[in-house]
Amino acid sequence: MSMPSMGTPAPVQEFVDLSSRFPGIVAPDSRAGFTGWIVAAERLVEVATVLRDELGFDLLSCVTGVDYLPENRMEVVYHLNRTTGGPGLNFKVQVARADPIEVPSLIGVWPGADLQEREAWDLLGIRFAGHPDLRRILMWEGFEGHPLRKDWKEAFYEEDGKPFKSRWPEGQLQMAEDRNPLQDNLSFPPGFDPEKWIPEGDALLYGSLARYTIKDEQGLSTDSIVVNMGPQHPSTHGVFRAAIKLNGETIVALKPVIGYLHRNHEKIGERNTFLLNMPYTDRLDYFNSMANNLGYAITVEKLMGIPVAERAEYIRVIMAELTRIQNHLVFIGNLLNDLGAMYTPALYAFEERELILDIFEAVSGARMMCNYLRFGGVVRDVPPDVMEKIRGLVHDRLPGKTDEMERLLTENEIFLSRTKGVPMIDGETAVQYSITGPVLRAAGVPYDIRRADPYSIYDRFEFDVAVRPHGDLFDNYIIRIDEIRQSLRILEQALKGIPEGPVNSQKPQYQVRVPAGEAYGRIESPKGELAYYVVSNGKPNPWRYHVRAPSFVNISALEKICLGKKIADFVALFGVLDVVMGELDR
Amino acid sequence: MYGKGAIKSLLVTATRFWNTYWDDFVWLLRRIRRGDRRYYSQEGIRHRSSKDTRGIFTIQYPEEKLITPEEFRFLPFLIYDEAEDGKREIRCTSCGICAKVCPPQCIWIVRSNDPKTGRPIPEPTAFFIDGDICMNCGFCSEYCPFDAIKMDHEIDIASYNRNVFDMEALLKPASYYAGIRPANFAREEEARRQKEAAKAAKAAASVS
Repeated sequence: MSMPSMGTPAPVQEFVDLSSRFPGIVAPDSRAGFTGWIVAAERLVEVATVLRDELGFDLLSCVTGVDYLPENRMEVVYHLNRTTGGPGLNFKVQVARADPIEVPSLIGVWPGADLQEREAWDLLGIRFAGHPDLRRILMWEGFEGHPLRKDWKEAFYEEDGKPFKSRWPEGQLQMAEDRNPLQDNLSFPPGFDPEKWIPEGDALLYGSLARYTIKDEQGLSTDSIVVNMGPQHPSTHGVFRAAIKLNGETIVALKPVIGYLHRNHEKIGERNTFLLNMPYTDRLDYFNSMANNLGYAITVEKLMGIPVAERAEYIRVIMAELTRIQNHLVFIGNLLNDLGAMYTPALYAFEERELILDIFEAVSGARMMCNYLRFGGVVRDVPPDVMEKIRGLVHDRLPGKTDEMERLLTENEIFLSRTKGVPMIDGETAVQYSITGPVLRAAGVPYDIRRADPYSIYDRFEFDVAVRPHGDLFDNYIIRIDEIRQSLRILEQALKGIPEGPVNSQKPQYQVRVPAGEAYGRIESPKGELAYYVVSNGKPNPWRYHVRAPSFVNISALEKICLGKKIADFVALFGVLDVVMGELDR
Repeated sequence: MYGKGAIKSLLVTATRFWNTYWDDFVWLLRRIRRGDRRYYSQEGIRHRSSKDTRGIFTIQYPEEKLITPEEFRFLPFLIYDEAEDGKREIRCTSCGICAKVCPPQCIWIVRSNDPKTGRPIPEPTAFFIDGDICMNCGFCSEYCPFDAIKMDHEIDIASYNRNVFDMEALLKPASYYAGIRPANFAREEEARRQKEAAKAAKAAASVS
């Protein structure tokens, strides 16, 4: 795998003319506001292979579907990137909206398509032919229908867009629980009785595990045991379940089971107006609400074509980097908790995090659910005393505390013997499985969107892309320390260069006009590539709102990472992926 | 030497342990000299949430509480101005922007009509906020054109029932708002004064 030296600018993207390469199969997407290519479904795998092998788009960033109900068409959108940098490319497959909707699976080209294709099947009902394990992923197995389809309505459907007129019928206050008594807030398939239902989902899940058989040296099949880690397990940082098949203590198969925290964020988002989505994005990765806000804001700004106020750009970078520091500190603390060093490192990390959250509280009004960014800028300026506090933290406190964290852990033999040489994933496999973020960089691939495809004003700052060569647990820890140091470098420059001026380029407005079109905005969130895919049809609500959550996509490789490892290492390997359930289950 | 790293780690924790008690001693000296107290005092809490804090970090809740920053937001309330005769002048004109911009749709307003003429008057008859649905995003106060709805600082609202607030529970005087958000209040009052001055100047110009 070729690696650019650190700090080199991304290569200029040459125009890829796919339509002359594949005449009659690939056509440019000519709809107003849309970019990319439309590929004929039957040749999809061939085109994808050429894109990966000949044109260098080795990283499948995002797979999602869009339901164009008025045109009676279903579309699958693929976003590709190069790990060597440069802007991405997207291509789409269009199929008629008549059941069964079927598209060839790209799991053979990019194994990382696994969970994302399952998600598109679950929520939109697009079948991916050739997918080996196409089960529901976020919804439960007895669920009827595909909720992200535009003609799917929930049992207590109100309206297509907010504000709802029906919330207060006949002038009487009606409470949510009266409207949605739990036992009736479900619709079942005809003839379905939940009392008599035997969960076939578990049979399917264990069936998918049963495909793996164990043979000893003489070729005799041996028995294995299935262990369920979670959903209530202290190591899983929330309600996550992994069904693990074990040979002795060695993991031979693993299937993640997710969706316990699913609330269909995307369906909620498609009924909100563009602005109303902003506080909901806080609740995705609740450690990094500023980063979530930033990703959503730059996506919609792209669609609206509006500039961002200069001072606001700096404030955004300052907040995003502070977010990264506190996320990585908490990560280190929690990793040590998982490894058995209960509480001391975690509480040391939380001290610094508290001080950073104090800053968020003072500028945005909330410690975690910041809701601070607006289209064109931020809500309000940073007060001068808070700016002083940020300067104090960045210049006087955090560098020393990072060193202290290193003194506490980096050379500690007990920690080293648990982490050094426990392989996580190698760089090539990580790219195939669409892993992004620190886990990818710890495996030796210097891919950081802040450098590879700069957004906001990251091209103005001098910083190194942290990269470590081994991809073991220890590298995954130390890369977070490296990134904290780089974030501090960016913060120092941003605090020095921040200009005076207005903090929003737009007038405050609660109803923004968003022209029709699509936009894909991506940022380097502390956990990986966080991207939003938004399709507007000119109405107040987005037609399609999709979140490419780094936690969710990184989980695709969990089985690959854990195969052949001991069950005792699962906790640490899962902890290193740094997933947050709010984002994983959406 | 094997074990050197572990000893280094232990030194970190030992330093922290030492700092806690050393700082107690330093604060004792400050107390003798200047009367500053480390615990149960504003300057102590401020120190413990500043960049210079070492050793003990915790705030002894509920005896001590973190200092609430001005922009802190939790649940909206309605503002009324107190007229000279003691009457409450509700700022809300029931325009409904807050209900429109509320992401979880927790605001409900009933507009009122003049009983004689039957025409709508700019004051709500009823105003409800379902506090258990509110997500504390602050959009209502941000986009209210009349500064009539603002976010509160009061967080101790635990109860055995659903927190559905009617207008009586939501109304608070402007002086309360000035108390919790002095800078915002001053800025808004200044803007209003300028607007009224401009209006008066315009009216004077048109008369003469």
